[in-house]
Amino acid sequence: MRALLLIAPLLAFVLITFVMPIADMLFRSVENGIVSDILPRTSAAIKDWNSQGVDDLPHENVYRNLLVDLTIAVKRRTQTRVGSRLNYEAAGISSSFRRVGRGLRSFNTEPYSNYFIHQDENWGDTGYLEQLFSNPRISAALPSSASAFRTWQTDFSSDQIITPDDFVFVALASDLSTLANDKVSDLGIDSLRTAHADIDQLSTSSIKHMFIEFDKNWGDVNLWKTIKTFSPRYTDGYFLNAVDLKRGIDGVERRDQSERIYLVLFVRTAVMSLTITVLCILLGYPVAYLLAHLPLRKANLLLILVLLPFWTSLLVRTSAWKVLLQQEGVINDILVTIGLVDDAARLVMINNQFGTIVAMSHILLPFMILPLYSVMKTIPPSYIRAARSLGATPFTAFWRVYFPQSLPGIGAGSVLVFILAVGYYITPELVGGVKGTFISNRIAYHISSSLNWGLGAALGTLLLVAVLILYWVYDRIVGIDNVKLG
Amino acid sequence: MFKTFPTYTSLYERIWYYGFRLFCGLVFVFLMFPILVILPLSFNAGDYFTFSPEMLRLEAEGYSLKHYRDFFFNSDWHLATYNSFRIAPMATLLAVTFGTLAAIGLSQSHVPYRKVIMAVLISPMIVPLIISAAGMYFFYSRIGLQGTYIGVVLAHAALGIPFVIITVTATLVSFDKSLTRASANLGAGPVRTFFKVQMPLILPGVISGGLFAFITSFDEVVVVLFVGSASLKTMPWEMFNGLREQISPTILAVATVLVTLSILLLTTVELLRRRSERLRGVSAA
Repeated sequence: MRALLLIAPLLAFVLITFVMPIADMLFRSVENGIVSDILPRTSAAIKDWNSQGVDDLPHENVYRNLLVDLTIAVKRRTQTRVGSRLNYEAAGISSSFRRVGRGLRSFNTEPYSNYFIHQDENWGDTGYLEQLFSNPRISAALPSSASAFRTWQTDFSSDQIITPDDFVFVALASDLSTLANDKVSDLGIDSLRTAHADIDQLSTSSIKHMFIEFDKNWGDVNLWKTIKTFSPRYTDGYFLNAVDLKRGIDGVERRDQSERIYLVLFVRTAVMSLTITVLCILLGYPVAYLLAHLPLRKANLLLILVLLPFWTSLLVRTSAWKVLLQQEGVINDILVTIGLVDDAARLVMINNQFGTIVAMSHILLPFMILPLYSVMKTIPPSYIRAARSLGATPFTAFWRVYFPQSLPGIGAGSVLVFILAVGYYITPELVGGVKGTFISNRIAYHISSSLNWGLGAALGTLLLVAVLILYWVYDRIVGIDNVKLG
Repeated sequence: MFKTFPTYTSLYERIWYYGFRLFCGLVFVFLMFPILVILPLSFNAGDYFTFSPEMLRLEAEGYSLKHYRDFFFNSDWHLATYNSFRIAPMATLLAVTFGTLAAIGLSQSHVPYRKVIMAVLISPMIVPLIISAAGMYFFYSRIGLQGTYIGVVLAHAALGIPFVIITVTATLVSFDKSLTRASANLGAGPVRTFFKVQMPLILPGVISGGLFAFITSFDEVVVVLFVGSASLKTMPWEMFNGLREQISPTILAVATVLVTLSILLLTTVELLRRRSERLRGVSAA
């Protein structure tokens, strides 16, 4: 119990500062609130629409609701956000949204307010509407108009204006035209019954027609299919995108050849990390062996040569490689001086995969040497001597007796190096150029430059899952209790 | 340098022996060369990243302190240095305080869900920095910590905690529990026992954990890029930007200063480790 009390503060601290941020990222990879938040009525109205062909556009009411949603969105300056969100899924949509947002004023919606107010002057009175919609049965039966009216009251109205804007009446028309006769009678409001009786009159001033007239893209079935596909609150779209798939018109399909970038990037990250791990084993194993077999005093001295890079700032080491590998850098200078390379044909060793692999192998090598060394120190030298005295050649003694005992060290070091490598960001960013970057660089790009956070989060989630599997493997091999530093 | 071999050693074995040592030597060169080469280059009188002929002839004109002057008198670097020394100690303090307490709790017998708790506490070290940074960016924006000093400190403390946990638990393994019982027997309360008996013995572990946490925060750039803001830029941030945009030799001067700092830290950690090994040796005897 006392133990838990000691642990609790740190656990709470890590939960808030670290675990919850990670959970937030996971949530963002499936969250898709933008369309349903900004176009709530359209999202609700389009649910029942299932296109049967290229000419089968959504119903007039969907367009009416879109007009209501867009009018509110323009007022709140959020209409471009829907456009950019949907543009991730189908290029070009954002311009349709931008244009219609600017052109909305030119839509003639007057017939809608006139229709109601000519029937009954009360419709033009805010107080009357307020009283009407305060009845929960009525606002439940007329959901679009009830919420449109409330939004109008908070965002649009001022003391001078007593008649609501046209869009409230457009919403009312949409709500009424979907209701059956007996439903309207049940509500028991005369003005609603009168308005409902002739509501079909309004089809002469079709909002659908105005949209398509204004921009023929709004008469494109595919645009509506995209809106419908991405109107639910949660989506697997970002994850599909992260593995080069997309939810097309007829279900999940592969992206076009030119848009397939992420699988290649994942594979490249894995292959380069593996190359770095193998290089670290090849370079680190002999060094660890030497350290483990030297007298302690000498070994400690040489160990400093391993520990100093380990303690040196990552950026210092990366900048050192940038300086060394440049075309006008030290290594090229040396090669030119000793005549191995012609001055005119200096080697390109940076801003490509070679640069990333060399710099990262250097940076991660201590993480291989240290666990190898600590395992090799525990291998009794008598085993090798026994093997030799039983007639084994030096190679056989090493390969059959020593090497198997050092495998746990190789396992621990490899998993550690690989885990660290797949998540690297700084070094590939600085020395990797275009071809030598990792998936992390793409995640950073989506979060800070393209602002496609959902996709960044989905890519991050996939990387996280991969790392956690490796973490589990590492725990199996080494045990997280046995991690040692320095 | 040359080893005297027994007479029966074959030529092949001799070649193998020297070949192996040569290979290891080259790996050591690979490890140290990049770090060593920037030290003289930082005294370069020109604005190049390579040795000028004057430098190679060891002439005085080839060398200058101008890049160091640039570092010491430039307001951007001033701000970055100030921020680095303002963030890292605070993050270290938080990580060490919470981490030491938790490590003591974790070292007691029969802690329920010990493995799960341990896995959660170590995870900031394992999760790729870009993922932590992205998550923190999202979450800290929601709660208003993004772009604040406190936000960066909290983030860095979280990243440093695994190191404190690991080093302190390692020292606690060898801690003789009968000492706390003896202290209690002699009438000391738990708080007094902690500060007078337990703390002095695990102090080396606490300090080296603290140094790890310090260097983690001091050297960290990804999280600062996302959680911080331009007014909170640290030395690594400034270096990162410098390397990405126009690369100026001032960076080499900064790098040299940082290498000196890491040598100091490494020496301290090594001395502490040896002291703790000595103490352990004494208590075992």
